[in-house]
Amino acid sequence: MSELSVKHLLGVKYLNLQDIELIFKTADNFKEIINRPIKKVPSLRDVTIANLFFENSTRTKLSFELAQKRLSADIINFSSSQSSVKKGETLIDTVNNILSMKVDMIVLRHPNPGAPILISEKISTSIINAGDGSHEHPTQALLDSYSIRERLGDVKNKNVLIVGDIMHSRVALSNIYALQLQGANIMVCGPKTLIPKYLHKLGVKIEDNLLTALKWCDVVNMLRIQNERMKSSYFPSIREYKKYYGLTMNHLDLLDDEIIVMHPGPINRGVEISSDVADSKYSIILDQVENGVAIRMAVIYLLAKKNTFKVE
Amino acid sequence: MKKSIILNSNELKITIERLACQLIEKHDDFSNTILVGLQPRGKYLCNRIVEILKAEYHINNLKYGLLDITFYRDDFRRNEKILEPSRTDFILSVENKNVVFVDDVLFTGRTVRAALTAIESFGRPKSIELLILIDRRFSRELPIQPDYKGLQVDVYENQKVLIEWNDESKNDYAYMTTVKNHE
Repeated sequence: MSELSVKHLLGVKYLNLQDIELIFKTADNFKEIINRPIKKVPSLRDVTIANLFFENSTRTKLSFELAQKRLSADIINFSSSQSSVKKGETLIDTVNNILSMKVDMIVLRHPNPGAPILISEKISTSIINAGDGSHEHPTQALLDSYSIRERLGDVKNKNVLIVGDIMHSRVALSNIYALQLQGANIMVCGPKTLIPKYLHKLGVKIEDNLLTALKWCDVVNMLRIQNERMKSSYFPSIREYKKYYGLTMNHLDLLDDEIIVMHPGPINRGVEISSDVADSKYSIILDQVENGVAIRMAVIYLLAKKNTFKVE
Repeated sequence: MKKSIILNSNELKITIERLACQLIEKHDDFSNTILVGLQPRGKYLCNRIVEILKAEYHINNLKYGLLDITFYRDDFRRNEKILEPSRTDFILSVENKNVVFVDDVLFTGRTVRAALTAIESFGRPKSIELLILIDRRFSRELPIQPDYKGLQVDVYENQKVLIEWNDESKNDYAYMTTVKNHE
């Protein structure tokens, strides 16, 4: 198989294992390309992509933009703070207006879970979900798995621990789907108030004690506390959170085996991860960022390939 | 599907040997030359030539690489056919070098056109030449011709020219088949 089974990338939930393998295989080629002296291929020179960001983003937006430019696509950027959304336009109207300008693909980040799914039902253009509220962030999960695979050879049967604000994290949910599809074992750790009630139904282990969880895992993915999504207080203080769930060098020194430390960013140094861990040899945070461009190039390329056009 | 042999194992060996010698005439000790096999099928011919140059003519500082042109093709999104990329194995700069593209069959010339664009990512070569094992005459869609060719053949459009490479036994041969539907 060398074609994606989906027309949009709405979430990892909609992908199958062959899709993931294909994306990774294509990303291998792009990773080689982005390390060349000239890091650009002309594949998408007739494709126009709109980046619609209804929520703040630095890394993901830059990564998508860079991926599109490396593929020679034309891009237009939109951020809600400077747009007519403030004047009362609906999401569907905004998207339809942009599509009338003949755009071939949309990358969407939106604070509401399910926003890309809603749009995909109304339009025919390919959509890539770049994060919808606390629902999914598929490209992040793909690049996380790809980075683990790069270090450990395979994801299958590896123990992956996700620590922190699981409830508000789209990275956590997408990672759970992606890792399970590839046969990894998953455990989450965090304050009880930040672990969703029905998480065990996904077949995920839950652990309260960070050190116990760390002893179990091969890879730990540290998540940020999503203050912007919290409507009430979930733990007494940042200081207390740091004491119980912040990863420090002391933890890593107590382990028998070396583990890999990941973080989707942005990192809050000294809260969920200490500075010395973030900058240590255990951390692959910057590899994740590099792989992000290759993974996004692969996803954009494979989705663009689905839209064959006929020249009359 | 009936296979008509164009070059048997022995003839193919002699032809590749001759191509290797022609390269030596022009490139001498290969100090400023890079051989570039065009993926996926040019890889085999490139490997065979490299083996001959190293083993029989003791050219030791031979530089060579493999170039994948999938992302440079001009039929992306115009073709239902699935394009699967191969590995580019290329860490060399081609800046001011004499590059020789190596591929097994020259048909429309579009692969070579894509390769001309792709190689620019690795620098500006001093010159680029094309070495082809089998040249399908009268089938070119672009003004591209080989500098070194093993054999020239005339075949109908619905016929395919292929080379069976056997890395283990080295029992390679070139053949022609007729396909029912145009591919």
